[in-house]
Amino acid sequence: MDERHELERVWSDAPGIPGFLSTVDHKRLGIRYIYTSFFFFFVAGLIALVMRAQLSGPNQHVVGPTTYNELFTVHGTMMIFLFNTPILAGFGNYLVPLQLGTRDMAFPRLNAFSYWVFLLAGLLMCSSFFVGHPPNGGWFAYTPFTNKEFSPGLNMDFWGLSVMFVGISSTVGAVNFIVTIFKLRAPGMTLNRMPVFVWAMLVFSLMILFALPAITLASGLLETDRIFGTSLFVPAGGGSALLYQHLFWFWGHPEVYILFVPAAGMISMIIPVFTGRPLAGYVWVVTALVAIAFISFGVWIHHMFATGMPALALAAFSGASLLIAIPSGVQFFAWISTMWRGVVRLSTPMLFALGFLLIFLLGGITGVMVAVLPFDWQATDTYFIVAHLHYVLNGAVVFPIFGAMYYWLPKFWGRRPSERWGRVSFWVMFVGFNLSFFPMHILGILGMPRRIWTYPSGVGWTGINQLVTIGGGLFGLGTGISLVNWAWARFRGEPAGEDPWNADSLEWATTSPPEHWNFTSIPAVIGRHPLWAEKPVPVSASASPDSTFALGPEGALARQTPITNGIETAPEATMTIPHETYLPLLTALGIAVFFLGLLVNGVVVGVAGVALAAMGLMWWAWRTDVDLR
Amino acid sequence: MTVTTRPRVIEVQPAIRRGYSTAWWGMVCMIATEGMIFAILIASYFFLRATNKQWPPPGVEVPNLTLVIPFSLVLWGSSIPVFRAEHAIRRGDQRGLRIGLLVGSLMGLAFVAYTIKDFQDLHFGWRDHAYGSIFYITVGLHATHVVIGLLMSLIVQIKAWQGKFSAERHVTVEVFSLYWHFVDAVWLFVFPVFFLSPHIR
Repeated sequence: MDERHELERVWSDAPGIPGFLSTVDHKRLGIRYIYTSFFFFFVAGLIALVMRAQLSGPNQHVVGPTTYNELFTVHGTMMIFLFNTPILAGFGNYLVPLQLGTRDMAFPRLNAFSYWVFLLAGLLMCSSFFVGHPPNGGWFAYTPFTNKEFSPGLNMDFWGLSVMFVGISSTVGAVNFIVTIFKLRAPGMTLNRMPVFVWAMLVFSLMILFALPAITLASGLLETDRIFGTSLFVPAGGGSALLYQHLFWFWGHPEVYILFVPAAGMISMIIPVFTGRPLAGYVWVVTALVAIAFISFGVWIHHMFATGMPALALAAFSGASLLIAIPSGVQFFAWISTMWRGVVRLSTPMLFALGFLLIFLLGGITGVMVAVLPFDWQATDTYFIVAHLHYVLNGAVVFPIFGAMYYWLPKFWGRRPSERWGRVSFWVMFVGFNLSFFPMHILGILGMPRRIWTYPSGVGWTGINQLVTIGGGLFGLGTGISLVNWAWARFRGEPAGEDPWNADSLEWATTSPPEHWNFTSIPAVIGRHPLWAEKPVPVSASASPDSTFALGPEGALARQTPITNGIETAPEATMTIPHETYLPLLTALGIAVFFLGLLVNGVVVGVAGVALAAMGLMWWAWRTDVDLR
Repeated sequence: MTVTTRPRVIEVQPAIRRGYSTAWWGMVCMIATEGMIFAILIASYFFLRATNKQWPPPGVEVPNLTLVIPFSLVLWGSSIPVFRAEHAIRRGDQRGLRIGLLVGSLMGLAFVAYTIKDFQDLHFGWRDHAYGSIFYITVGLHATHVVIGLLMSLIVQIKAWQGKFSAERHVTVEVFSLYWHFVDAVWLFVFPVFFLSPHIR
């Protein structure tokens, strides 16, 4: 008991606001990522409902065309940049160190920095509403439409700057995940024993590292054009509007898989637990994730089939796009064969996983359809694409996220959400989703274009649009039920215990919620399913040479965690987990001020921001103590 | 209910050889993503060149090479003292470390000074044409990276003068030197593309 008391003292954050602003605990930050992302999810979702109200009948006037443009732009941008990507990073933040059997991320302060940048970038985007200039040029912001000449005003500057800003968060987050996964695994957690979710986060991070620079440049160069008058995307000045599309989609297509891969990783964790047997074809599933990452860098031109490129290029990218169905199919069959031999428990997380399978199947099939050139030429810029992209980005990512919430909530809070209301929420969401997005395929084939703010009567779209709006409302209701269910569980839910699902991975070997230090003794991993092999999970210990010191409680008491070498995971050094600090917040604020300066064209503000950020970073580098022990 | 059975304890052998530090791996990841930024800028350069009839555009001279070649050699050469500094501290040689870092940073500083002068002397601006835009942005971004390297060098040098590094503990030096070599390596690509390739028609 004394030891526990001492550990509490060593690891707890300061109480109240100071601790809140300065914490570097991956669990607090992970949860905060999830809350913040859900906030943006519900904002963007409400925006979608307003759009559906507008389209529920012909010649409606709920909102005008200008507002409608702003709504669909912000809806898309928010969902992609401020909900989907960060919430997956949030789950990763919370779960990866626990699943690896370590006490924090490799760079805890960078982790805090990454969160603050995400929050401030989100606030920058939201602030556009309050000054009356929300982005209005589509979430892809195609030039020349978004050039200063055709889109004056600050609207698209809010888009470009917040997209660039939030990219910093994803990038440093990705670096953090990669190093954590390579260097902080518990002894015995070799690569072929890593949970599939960790593999997925590794692939997610590597893809971000190589794809994200393209969107940083697309939005960054767009902003130099808009703010400083360069002419990279301005045809009159020798620039090229098509170059913008290349840059945007060189990120944009991998991004689809950046979102899908962790979602698939979540499914690969949930299905085995609720069928009571290991995932079929672990190696195949992991290989498929890696293969998807590689192929996804060679398909971006399928978003540009209608831009008039040489036929050979189109054919090559069409082929690559079809190819991606193979690794996706491999995973699909692995999930089915896992269930085939197991006894399926239909708890809420599993229901969401099954719902995901069906939706992903449909989204995948329409994906193959639009990879075929002649079909794409017909379907492009119609509601068929809207249907397809919502099947893959909403259905195949949001359903796993909701499943993951139901699955991991008991760990986050130590309390269980209501099973009954979870099921109700699932069915309302599932019916609402399909009612909303399936008919959009038909609307697209009937020729309804994307992004129109209203349509005339008598073209045969009215009935289907009404159906879509009803489905959209149902889907919103279903998500709302879950939100209430979670809020209730947070305070009133039944106690969950350490391992409510009889799961296999290491996060279930700790208390719920886990202690600040995760593990008093670092676990020793003896197989791919530690909790199914032996309970309680064995702990690693040593005769205390320097490098293995951090394994035991002495390490936890010294705020340390072991660093292991990449391949055989033998401990090679120890890492001290930094104490709470305001530096990440300060640096993030500096960058925010810099972007604000760019936005208002204020040189003084911009320079002040750079100075603040540089000061923060240099102070940070100064305080790094790796060389001082 | 508390678990009464105690977990089995497994004795773990330490690694025989130490790998690179987490900071080193972090820098490698940063370099990968920064490298992509420059790779994409270079690809954009050639894309713009291919879409323009004349490159550089009418009225713009091909880059003058008289100053850029010697100063490029200075920048690439600055990797040598930094390399020697890193080797010195591995042997615990504090003086070698300090001198190497100082000489390296002075060479970097000379290159930045050249870039500022070059930008002032250029007869085209970044608003004139896409050629000017991509030129200033890429070369300027690279120079910014040199400046960041200089700021890092400042921190490392202060720590070196305080004697905070030793033969066993010098991760900061290693990470800094990795970054410095990366910035020099980027110039190996940016220089031929932006200064030499316009000469080939």
